[in-house]
Amino acid sequence: MRHLRTASAALIGGGTGTVFALLAAIFIAVAFINPGFFEWPSLMAFLKQAAPLVILAAGQYFVIVSGNFDLSVGALVGAQVVIAAKLIDGEESRTLPVLGVMLLFGLGVGLVNGLITTALKVQSFITTLGMMLVLYGAIRLWTGGAPTGSLSEAFRGPGRRGIEGVPLIGEIPWAVLIMLGAGAAAIWLMRTRFGRILVATGDNDLAAELSGARTGTVRTVAFVFSGLSATVAGLLIGGYAGVSAQVGEGMEFTVITAVVLGGVVLGGGRGSVVAAMAGALTLEALFTLFNQMFLPASIRPSVQGAIIIAAVAYAAWRRTRRPVAATATVNADPS
Amino acid sequence: MQTTRLALASAAAAGLLLTVGCTTDEIQEPETTDEATDAAEGDWFVQADYEEQLAQRDIEPEGDPATPWLQAIEPEWIDTAEFAREGGDATVCFSNASVSNPWRVTGWITMQQQVKVLQDAGEIGEFRHSDAADDDEQQISDIQAFIDSGECDALIISPSTTATLTPAVEAACASGIPVVVFDRGVNTDCAVTFIHPIGGYAFGADAAEFLVDNLEPGSKVLALRILPGVDVLEHRWAAAQEIFGDSELEILGDEFTGGDAAEIKNIVTQYLQRGDVDGIWMDAGDGAVAAIEAFEDAGKPYPVMTGEDELSFMRKWKETGMTALAPVYSNFQWRTPVLAATMILNGEQVPAEWVLPQEPITEAELDDYLERNADMPSLHYAKFGGEDLPGFPDAWRDR
Amino acid sequence: MSPRRLDTTALIYLALAGVVAVGGAAVAMDGGNLFSTANLVDMFTRTSLTGFLAIGMTLVILCRSLDLSVGYTAALSSLVAATTMDGDPGRIVLGVAAALLVSGLIGAAGGAVVAFLGVNPFIATLGVGLIIKGYLDTRYKGPAGDVPALFQQFGYTRVAFLPISTIVMLALAAAGIWFLRSTRTGHHMYAVGGDIDIARMSGVRTKRVLMAAHVLCGMAAGTAGLLLAARFGTGSAESYTNLYELDAIAAVVLGGTLLLGGRGGIAGTVAGVLILAVLDTVFNVMQINPFAKDVLRGAIIIAAVAIYARRQLGRTARRPRFDAATTGAGTGRP
Repeated sequence: MRHLRTASAALIGGGTGTVFALLAAIFIAVAFINPGFFEWPSLMAFLKQAAPLVILAAGQYFVIVSGNFDLSVGALVGAQVVIAAKLIDGEESRTLPVLGVMLLFGLGVGLVNGLITTALKVQSFITTLGMMLVLYGAIRLWTGGAPTGSLSEAFRGPGRRGIEGVPLIGEIPWAVLIMLGAGAAAIWLMRTRFGRILVATGDNDLAAELSGARTGTVRTVAFVFSGLSATVAGLLIGGYAGVSAQVGEGMEFTVITAVVLGGVVLGGGRGSVVAAMAGALTLEALFTLFNQMFLPASIRPSVQGAIIIAAVAYAAWRRTRRPVAATATVNADPS
Repeated sequence: MQTTRLALASAAAAGLLLTVGCTTDEIQEPETTDEATDAAEGDWFVQADYEEQLAQRDIEPEGDPATPWLQAIEPEWIDTAEFAREGGDATVCFSNASVSNPWRVTGWITMQQQVKVLQDAGEIGEFRHSDAADDDEQQISDIQAFIDSGECDALIISPSTTATLTPAVEAACASGIPVVVFDRGVNTDCAVTFIHPIGGYAFGADAAEFLVDNLEPGSKVLALRILPGVDVLEHRWAAAQEIFGDSELEILGDEFTGGDAAEIKNIVTQYLQRGDVDGIWMDAGDGAVAAIEAFEDAGKPYPVMTGEDELSFMRKWKETGMTALAPVYSNFQWRTPVLAATMILNGEQVPAEWVLPQEPITEAELDDYLERNADMPSLHYAKFGGEDLPGFPDAWRDR
Repeated sequence: MSPRRLDTTALIYLALAGVVAVGGAAVAMDGGNLFSTANLVDMFTRTSLTGFLAIGMTLVILCRSLDLSVGYTAALSSLVAATTMDGDPGRIVLGVAAALLVSGLIGAAGGAVVAFLGVNPFIATLGVGLIIKGYLDTRYKGPAGDVPALFQQFGYTRVAFLPISTIVMLALAAAGIWFLRSTRTGHHMYAVGGDIDIARMSGVRTKRVLMAAHVLCGMAAGTAGLLLAARFGTGSAESYTNLYELDAIAAVVLGGTLLLGGRGGIAGTVAGVLILAVLDTVFNVMQINPFAKDVLRGAIIIAAVAIYARRQLGRTARRPRFDAATTGAGTGRP
C-alpha cells in the first residue's frame, strides 16, 4: 500500500496531482452548470482558446524548471502580432516570409534573454523585466504608438480555422492540433538528455556542472524555447482574434501562475511539463467556470487569487508530508 | 562595518545636495493647496450631469459645422484679457496623461499637426510636452515641473483621472498662467477653459438607445467593457444601465475585456455557446471586430451592435452590412486646446466650459466617413478632424 | 565582509553619480539645467513614492521573499485613508492609523501564506494582490474619499527643494538602515535570506522574521498609499494599474540587493530609487518619447545589474559559499 502511494506520488510528482484534481473538479462544476459544454463544438472552442496559454506554459516550464523566469513573454506575444500586422499589411503573399521573420525574432529575443542571464549573470527576473520594457517601448516606437497594417487570411488560418467535416467532432481547430504537437514535442524534449540536464541544472547547478553538464547552454536554450513558444502563441492569438493594441498584456503573470499551479516549483528542479500545461488548461477552465456561473466580472480576480493560493498551499503541504521533506523549506526552494 | 556604509551613504547624499545647492538660484515659496476638493465622490453617478448631457445632444452648437473643433454648445464666453501677451512665439506646455491607446495616439498626432500650423504662424514658439503613462502620481509631478520651470506661457492638461489631478490643477491655476484642461475634467473650475465633447453619459446613452430602438423587446444584449473603476468609462455604462433599465431588453451580462481582442472573442464565443446574443453594447470600440468575428466563427447571425468610430470596426460594419452604430467620443477635441491656448494668449474670449459636439456616426454617414479616411490605418478614428491640416494624410498614415 | 559591502554600496553611489553626470551633461547640451530648482524638486518628488515601496520591498527581498501585492496595497491604503478622513482634519490621525493597520494586515496575510503555508512568495503575493484587486474593482467605481487640505501638505509642501514626502522617505530609510544594522530581527533577515536552513538550525525563528519583513513591507506600501492620497486629495483604486511593484523591485535590485536574498541593504535601495528618479527627470526635461523611455529604462536596468554581477563574479572566487546559490548562472529567484 505504502509502496503504491510512493510510486504514484513519484509518477505524478510533487504538487502535480493537485492540478489534475483541480481540473477535474472544475470540469465537474462546469458540467453541472452547463452540460452542453461537453459537446464537441464547445469543447473544441474551449481548447482552441486555451491553446496559446498551454503552449506558452510549455515554453515557460523550460525556463522555470532550469531555475529562471521569463517575464518578457507577454510583451513578446504582443510584439509578434504587431510585427506581423505591420509587415504583412494585408498582402497574402507576404505571409510566409513574415512568419520567418517572426520566428527569427522570437528565437533572437530568447537568445538575448538567455545570454544576458547566463553570460552576464543578470538575474532572469531583471533580464526579462528589462526585456519586457524594451519590447513594449520599441514596438510602439516603431508603429507610432498603435498597431498599423493588417493580417492576411493565410496568417489568420492557424488561429481561427480548422479541419472541417470530421465525423463526430465536426471541426478540429488547427490551434488544437498545434497545441498537441507542441505538447508532444515538449514531453519528448524532457525525456531526452537535454531535459534531464535542464532539470538537474535547476535542481542544483553546481552538482550538474561538476558532472559535466553545460548549465549555461541548457538555460539559454530554455529561453530560446520560451521565445519560440511566444512566437507560436502570437501566431495563434493574432490568428484567433486579429490585431489590437492590448494583445499579450499581462500574459506573463498568467502563464507563470499556470505553471506554478501545475506544481512546478519556482527556483527550478521540480515539476513536469505535462502538469505545467495542465495548469494552463486549469486556469482557462477556471475562467470558463466563472463565465458559466455568471460570477460578476469585478469579483473574479479575488476568487482566482484565493484558488491559486489554496492550490499551491495544498501542493506545498503535500510535499512537506512526503519523506523528501528536506527540500520543503519555507520558500519551497531547492537551493 | 555597516557604519561605514551609512556614513558613505550620507556623505554621498550630502555631496549630491551640496553640488546642487550651489546652483540653486531661487527658493520658491512652498506651495499650498487652497482648499480640499469639494467633490462629493460618494455617488459617482450624477443624475443632473446625465440629464444635462442627454439634453446637450439636441442643442445646435454655435460656430461653423465645417470646423467642429471650434464649435461650442451653449458657450458662456469669458474675457481673457488678463492673460493677453505681446509678441507671439509663446511657450505652450502640455501635460499628457498618456498615449497608451489608439484613440489617444490619433489625437496626439492631430494635436502635433495643429501645433505645427500655429508655430508656422508665429503664435507658438516652443511646444513642450510630458507623458505620464497613465500614472496619476507621475502626472502630478509633470505638472509641478512645468509650473516650477516658470517657462510656460500657457499650460494644457489632459488629466489621467478626474478627481486625483484636482489638487495639481489647482496649483497650476494658482501659479498665474492660463490653464486649459481637456478630455477628462477635474473637480475644480479654476482652469480658464475646460474643453470636452458632451461626455460619457451621452456616449453610453447613444449606444444603448440604438440597441433599444433596433432590437425587439426581450432581445438579449451583452455588454463589453474595458476596465472597472475608470470614471469616464463608468459613466458610459451607468448611462446605458439607466436606459436598459427602462427597456424590455435582457442584459445577459457585463464583462471586462481589457480591450484585448482575444479576450473579447473568448467571452463572446462563450456566451454564444450558451444561447443567442442579439445585441452587443461596447463602452469603447477597441477589439470590436473580434466580437463580430466570434459570431461569424460560431455561424450565428450578426448582432445589432454599437462600437466606436474606430476604422477597423467601421470597415467591418460596411463589409458585413450589419445593423450598427458608431458612437463617437470626438477625437477632434485634441485640436481645440492648442487653439484655445493661443486665443487666450491673444486675449480673445473663450467659453468657460467648451462643450464640443459629439454625434454618433450612423449608417447613412458610414460611406462618407469611410471614403474620407480611405488611406488611414485600421486603428484610426474617423472623426479625428485633421483633414485640413497640411500634414494630412501622411502624418496619420505613416506613423 | 565590510570592505566588500563598501564596494557594492560605493559602486552604486558611483553609478548614481555617473547617471547624474551623464544626465546633467545631456540636459546641458540640450540647453537646459538638470540642477535648476524646478528640476531638483521634480527629481526628489519622484523618489518619494517608489522610495516608500522600495524600502519595504528591500526587507522582504533580503529575506529571499518578494511582494507583488504592494501596488494593490498602496491603492487600498489610499482609499482607506481618504474615506476615513472624509475631509475632516480631526480624523487625519485616525485615517493614517487605519491605512497603516490595513496595509500591515495585508502584509501579514501575505507573509503568513509564505511562512506558514509554504507557498512561493511570487504566487502568494500575486494571489493576495488579485484578491485586493477584486475587492477594489467591486467596491469602488472610481476615486473615493476626501483628504483634508492639512494632510495634502504631506504631498505638496516642501522645504527648499526637498519635498516633505521625500524627507519622510529618507527618515524612513534611515530608520530602516538602523533596523537592519542594530536590531536582532534585522540581523536575522540577512540570515534567513542567506540560508534559511542554517538560520533555523542556529536558532533563528525564521517564520517570525519572514512575517516581520512582510508586515513592514505592507506598512511601507501603506505609507506610499498615504502619499498617493495626499497627492490626489482622494483615494484612487486605479493606481494599482501602474505596476508600482515592478518599479520598486527594479529600484531594489538597482540598489545592489540580491533578489536571492541575504545581501544588500536600504542605503543601496535609496541610490537605486534616485537613479530611476534622475532618469525620469532627465527623460522629461529632454522630452524623450514615452516609448523610447521604456526602452532606455529597460536597457539601463539590465546594464546596471550586469555591471554589479560582474563585480560579484570577481568576488565569488574568494567566497565559494555563494557560488552555487547566489551567482550560479543567474539562478532565478524563488
